[in-house]
Amino acid sequence: MMHMWPEFLKDRRIPLAANLPARRISVDNSQQWLDAARVLRASEAQLLTMWGADDRDRDGCFRIYSAYLLPHDLLVVEHVIEETSTPAYPSLATLFPAAERMQRGIHDLLGFATDDPDTRNWLRHGGWPESLFPLRRDVDAEQYPVVSEPYPFVLVEGDGVHEIAVGPVHAGTIEPGHFRFSVVGEKVLRLEERLGYTHKGVAKRFEGLSQTSGHQLAARLSGDSAVAFSWAYCAALESIAEIRCSARALTLRALALEHERIANHLGDLGALGNDAGFAFGLTQFSRLKEDLLRTNVRVFGARYLFDFVVPGGVAVDLPEDGYGLLVDFYFTLQHAVAELRTIYDEHDGLQDRFRESGRLEQSVAQKLGATGLVGRASGIAQDLRVDHPFAPYDQLEPNLIVQPKGDVAARVQVRFDEVFESIRLCHALLREVPSGPIQQTFAPAAAGRLGIGLIEGWRGPVMIALEAGAEGTIRRCHAHDPSWQNWPLLEYAILDNIVPDFPLINKSFNLSYSGQDG
Amino acid sequence: MFDVLLHILRTGRLTEPLQESADAAPVVSSVQKDLLAILGRALCIRHVDAGSCNGCELEIQALTNPYYNLEGEGIHFVASPRHADLLLVTGPVSVNMEEALRRTYDAMPDPKLVMAVGDCGACGGIFGASYASRGGVASVLPVNHTVSGCPPSPSAILTGILHTVRTTLA
Repeated sequence: MMHMWPEFLKDRRIPLAANLPARRISVDNSQQWLDAARVLRASEAQLLTMWGADDRDRDGCFRIYSAYLLPHDLLVVEHVIEETSTPAYPSLATLFPAAERMQRGIHDLLGFATDDPDTRNWLRHGGWPESLFPLRRDVDAEQYPVVSEPYPFVLVEGDGVHEIAVGPVHAGTIEPGHFRFSVVGEKVLRLEERLGYTHKGVAKRFEGLSQTSGHQLAARLSGDSAVAFSWAYCAALESIAEIRCSARALTLRALALEHERIANHLGDLGALGNDAGFAFGLTQFSRLKEDLLRTNVRVFGARYLFDFVVPGGVAVDLPEDGYGLLVDFYFTLQHAVAELRTIYDEHDGLQDRFRESGRLEQSVAQKLGATGLVGRASGIAQDLRVDHPFAPYDQLEPNLIVQPKGDVAARVQVRFDEVFESIRLCHALLREVPSGPIQQTFAPAAAGRLGIGLIEGWRGPVMIALEAGAEGTIRRCHAHDPSWQNWPLLEYAILDNIVPDFPLINKSFNLSYSGQDG
Repeated sequence: MFDVLLHILRTGRLTEPLQESADAAPVVSSVQKDLLAILGRALCIRHVDAGSCNGCELEIQALTNPYYNLEGEGIHFVASPRHADLLLVTGPVSVNMEEALRRTYDAMPDPKLVMAVGDCGACGGIFGASYASRGGVASVLPVNHTVSGCPPSPSAILTGILHTVRTTLA
């Protein structure tokens, strides 16, 4: 790949603090920003995330960043934008379609324009003035009355075409978002999502927190991925504070992360059965999930591990009876899930709903940048625990789970396989829990340092980019949920399916609203 | 089919008696009775996520698992606010959800109860009030009862629901 780098970018990659090999490049102008993206696209790099920053107080400039995942490392490209009335940079959306919504979000928070034709607001729904960009440093967190604004959905025209509008309040205990279906009869011609309803101003909120309390907010970006996000935050902080957690703390973090993966997969497997009319599945899997949450209480001290991963280690040590308790639980769980899998696999009615529904073909998934679980169910062999094994996964040799077909059935199979693989990893982690402290204190990271934490959560890679401020404060913290990449793919997966299959297909993706909205 | 029945048989009945606190007597027998006495039928709940991180939703969903068996106690989640007696609201109220939350409340028939769930619903939690968040539910709607916690346990939510009904409608 090296030979493909244009002359101006050679030897300009400098090391970047992160929990995996990472480098950064500062480009000189917008042409180089685009050229770098072109080279990266040709090298099959994946766009992980984009974020912007207001550095006018420091050097009179704005900055836009893009982070790419390469086969051997992570690359952050940094582009300085001069202060003008409308700061602008070239859109990456034609090269990396996932960039489009991220860029629209960056516009709403910082006022950076691009040349992308879709200039509709994404995170701003009329809740603050159009000329106000809340993530700029000279804007405080003042409140404004909501002024409802129309949102022009793309119109599908033709004989018999009509629209079905769903949300933001959905018919169930789930997160809010809006789905606009254009249908003929029952067949979906187009789905357009509108998200941003749960935007809570997380990025701005980070700037009021200390480095040692930011993990609490990170854990609450998307509650079902609390361990992944708090670990990513702590990994970013620890990399710039230049400390290493004890091997014991890392082992316990990995146990917690795998418990989070298993809990979510169990919940989804039950809900997927239920959405296909098989209530037995929901009852059985929700029971197993509850058993896991109760085991969490006995081992980690809480059902959901929001405050378990802390800077420098973990908050709770494994109790003396923890080993036996967990091994017994894993044994029972493995047995129960294996039985239920046979029942699911042999149930014709269920399989009839799962197979061929919501297909996301590998070529589309590849082109649009599918990531995480959804990507793996469409044949994209990618898992950070395998490809870039951060400690302690470098000691575990996790197996990559991949299914080629990209339908609901494939996403169900990936979940089953990953539950078993996670149980195997938990056994391996427990066999050799290193001794040592679970937490260590450390001095805050120096102002201006940028660190990256990248963790394979149950949905896919979650990333935190953390820039330290003076005296232990946070200058800028960007949190990225893999749902940003996968939400647009749901719009493809539903095409030509029927409306009543949408809940099933949507559940098979189970993307985060809060994680995307921030 | 035989496998399914066998599995159900082996799983047995898991529903536990609800305890309002660790040392109090189980109140499960009185839940249905109280609801019947007060409402004369099942309690219907509409949930709205007004900007939550999704943690509280997971615990509300857990209420329907076989251990808590919410429906068995005569408490029912409904899809339409027009069918609801109680509005269960999670999250700090994001400014982007404010209107949808108000409209849901307005669509409910009187007398309508509102219960705020979680630290965010109580006071905005870690998100607080900002350009994007109104803070706690009470800053947008009249709230009858609040259950704090991050997230509150299913038992705490269930106890809170009963408390709301008993103290407001009885």
